Amino acid sequence: MIKQLFLGAALAAASGLCQAASGLHLLDAKVDVQDRASLQNGARVFVNHCLSCHALSYMRYNRIGSDLGLSEDQVAGNLMFAADKVVDSMDVAMQPTDAENWFGIVPPDLSVIARARGADYLYSYLVSFYQDDNPARPFGVNNVVLPGVAMPHALWTLQGHQRYVKQDVDGSVDSETVTGLSTSGDEVLVHRSVKLQSGEEVSVTDRLQVDRTGSLQPGEYRAAARDVVNFLVYASEPAQLVRYGMGTWVLAFLAIFFLLTRLLYKEYWKDVH
Amino acid sequence: MMDNAKQDGAGRTGMMGWVDTRFPATKMWKEHLSEYYAPKNFNLWYYFGSLALLVLVMQILTGIWLTMHYKPDAEYAFASVEYIMREVPYGWLLRYMHSTGSSFFFIVVYLHMFRALMYGSYKSPRELLWVFGMLLYLALMAEAFFGYLLPWGQMSFWGAQVIISLFGALPFGIGEALALWIRGDFVVSDATLNRFFALHVVALPLALLGLVAAHIMALHEVGSNNPDGIEIKKTKNAQGVPVDGIPFHPYYTVKDLMGAAAFLFLFAFVVFFMPEMGGYFLEHDNFLPADPINTPLHIKPVWYFTPYYAILRAIPHKLTGVLAMGVAVMILFALPWIDRNPIKSIRYRSPLFMLLVFVFAFTFVVLGWLGMQPVTAALTELGLRLSELYFAFFLMLWVHSRDRSGAYMTMVFVVSAIVLLAIDGIRYDPGKAGLMMISALLPLVYFLFFLFAPVLSNLNQSKPVPERVTA
Amino acid sequence: MSSSDLNNSRRRFLTGAVVAMGGIGSAFAAVPFVVSWTPSDRAKAIGAPVEVDISKLERGGITRAKWQGKPVWVVRRTDAALASIKKLDDQVRDPNSLEEQQPEYAANEFRSIKPEYLVLVGVCTHLGCAPSYRPEVAPADLGREWEGGFFCPCHGSRFDLAGRVFPGVPAPTNLVVPPHKYLSDGRILVGVDSEKA
Repeated sequence: MIKQLFLGAALAAASGLCQAASGLHLLDAKVDVQDRASLQNGARVFVNHCLSCHALSYMRYNRIGSDLGLSEDQVAGNLMFAADKVVDSMDVAMQPTDAENWFGIVPPDLSVIARARGADYLYSYLVSFYQDDNPARPFGVNNVVLPGVAMPHALWTLQGHQRYVKQDVDGSVDSETVTGLSTSGDEVLVHRSVKLQSGEEVSVTDRLQVDRTGSLQPGEYRAAARDVVNFLVYASEPAQLVRYGMGTWVLAFLAIFFLLTRLLYKEYWKDVH
Repeated sequence: MMDNAKQDGAGRTGMMGWVDTRFPATKMWKEHLSEYYAPKNFNLWYYFGSLALLVLVMQILTGIWLTMHYKPDAEYAFASVEYIMREVPYGWLLRYMHSTGSSFFFIVVYLHMFRALMYGSYKSPRELLWVFGMLLYLALMAEAFFGYLLPWGQMSFWGAQVIISLFGALPFGIGEALALWIRGDFVVSDATLNRFFALHVVALPLALLGLVAAHIMALHEVGSNNPDGIEIKKTKNAQGVPVDGIPFHPYYTVKDLMGAAAFLFLFAFVVFFMPEMGGYFLEHDNFLPADPINTPLHIKPVWYFTPYYAILRAIPHKLTGVLAMGVAVMILFALPWIDRNPIKSIRYRSPLFMLLVFVFAFTFVVLGWLGMQPVTAALTELGLRLSELYFAFFLMLWVHSRDRSGAYMTMVFVVSAIVLLAIDGIRYDPGKAGLMMISALLPLVYFLFFLFAPVLSNLNQSKPVPERVTA
Repeated sequence: MSSSDLNNSRRRFLTGAVVAMGGIGSAFAAVPFVVSWTPSDRAKAIGAPVEVDISKLERGGITRAKWQGKPVWVVRRTDAALASIKKLDDQVRDPNSLEEQQPEYAANEFRSIKPEYLVLVGVCTHLGCAPSYRPEVAPADLGREWEGGFFCPCHGSRFDLAGRVFPGVPAPTNLVVPPHKYLSDGRILVGVDSEKA
């Protein structure tokens, strides 16, 4: 009983999944690692747009093949540009010193990023890049989820250019914080809480609008971004593809074993009064 | 057969006879299992001892297997864990069993300790049993602390950095030297990792095993307590067997086997379906490799340390906070000498006492929750008040060891009020005056109730303790 | 009393059932522990098949590669070398490769798929040293009888140019021919068997 209460409390505490550590309400990435087509597409997009800078050094190419239902030839033909053998790890050729010079920071290895930051964060991050004309921005872009981001918009060929259209506010602004994201049709909405100098607090809704489409329409881009995130979720723990199935068998066995031990217990305890 | 086969009533001969002449096998079997008489009224709370032993065995097995692949080197540790998760066949399962087991160990142990609190299992003649148990608790906390550094994630690194630097609080230069000595370096580094590995894999498991043996031997010497808190050895039959006792084997071996099956079901559910447990069993930040330059936003220990962490953080003075945290753990050792009430079980003590124990449990849980929250003024204040309630519990145990007069209660109230006001005076901050006054209600109500309710009502009436166990 | 008899048989049955199921459960539980000792993905990757380029290998020459941590040689034998192998049939311990030191497609007179190219694991079958390639005939240190082959400096074991071991030396068996297949005339993949003809 106590254990159930504890588990229940733990589960309740673990909810609020859409909340980032900063309290930002994120978009729902709708992860589904059983969706093979999504994982395959995500792998392809990742290899084509991300792997030049971000290593996935704890993943091997042949593992992606066997887990995602791709043959070795398909893996070699579609996913391997920087490696020789299908048993190799997905490393990058970029030297850390070069990375520091070009980006100011070494692009982190993304093998377990989905476990560290969460799928919702990654998805929200990928759809929140926007053009920023501030000359201080090294690559001309910024990101709502990670302001001052050092990364260029690696997927811009797919998404195109997005603009951050702010809603006007009556009165002079004292301070403001972004509280969350949501979607409406093709646009990503950014919810901002503004504190005016008068002391009043106002909620406004800004929009991220694609003003020059890339090779994908906004809805298609969001699906592609979701595929990348789905793939990263898989990559952060390949074992998740098998542990649920295995767990079901184990639980079934243990349930029957428990019932059997209970019968034995009841039988012996007939002696005790 | 020669006469050196022991004739001990059963007149053993054959293979067992050969063994028994050379090793007390049958003797131990009888003494500790088939003729060890345990009370027949054990309830749900009595599963947790055998479950703790089960978890210990699982942790040792999975732990040994993990050391076959893990690399205790700062450069390779994080990668070696991912190697285990991905490339070692079933490595992910071994890892999840070990990480889940570590949290389940504490769940089981806390429930096991709470049982002792409820039924007075620490009282005479079981004081030493309780002391061995407390030593086990300390060894377990050390084992968990050393083990948590090994994955070499951000939380591993910074958690260790913070906790070791607590030792730096000790004055007269002792602290800094101590922290340096523990780390083997100026910051937590490869040197620290390697020694923590040795302690986690070899030293503390040996200590745990030795203490478990002592704990069980101490238990078997006096016999188990029970939910009614009465000594079954007081009423024996003509054969010298306690009338309310049943042989541990087969009755409790069979019952504990069932308990183990149920436990393994819950355990497997977590291992296979939610090993991270929302970030409580495997913390999200620990999937970022340790980075001595970047500190995570919220450093916090794993959930089972958070009650004490909350007490540490609640006190604005570093050394006092460290001491308070230490005393909060160590005061538990003294429980048998603080609570002198002859009635052991909560069943026969007063409703007031029941409330006292549950308020303590609730305080502990809320402190645990507090230890996980980011620091705010209000929460820190709450933490301080709850810390006061935590320590006040022990005072109340002492007070309620006997019936006390109204004058006695008043004296205790006055002395306590002076102490608490002194604490508030020392930590007084005009910006927090309002908060302090409101929060002061917490200890005020607590002390008023638990000291004066006995005087003004019959809430502190205990019930007559039966001679024989009840259901 | 009959009720206790019934009890006893029921108890025995239930105990037996619990023990049996517990035994099965323990066996299943042991699987991850035992299987975790089998080669990991990393070990398998390191031991993965290796491509050897033989397009530039001259006659009489040798090229070396590493497979599963061991040296692998490809020797391109001269006609004289092939002829000498036939001559040594009655001088070597196991002329017909009866011992299973080679895949079946190499259990022939030249111990290879193509007579010209010999593929061997360069590990002496005595205690594991790496023998030297001695293709020259009758060198001073190996004697006038030497028709070319491999000589192990550790304890003096001798093998001919088909890797067959001579009698009177510590090595008991012929040098091992690893599984291999031809990807093309110029490339051999060591570590994968050739398909059956």
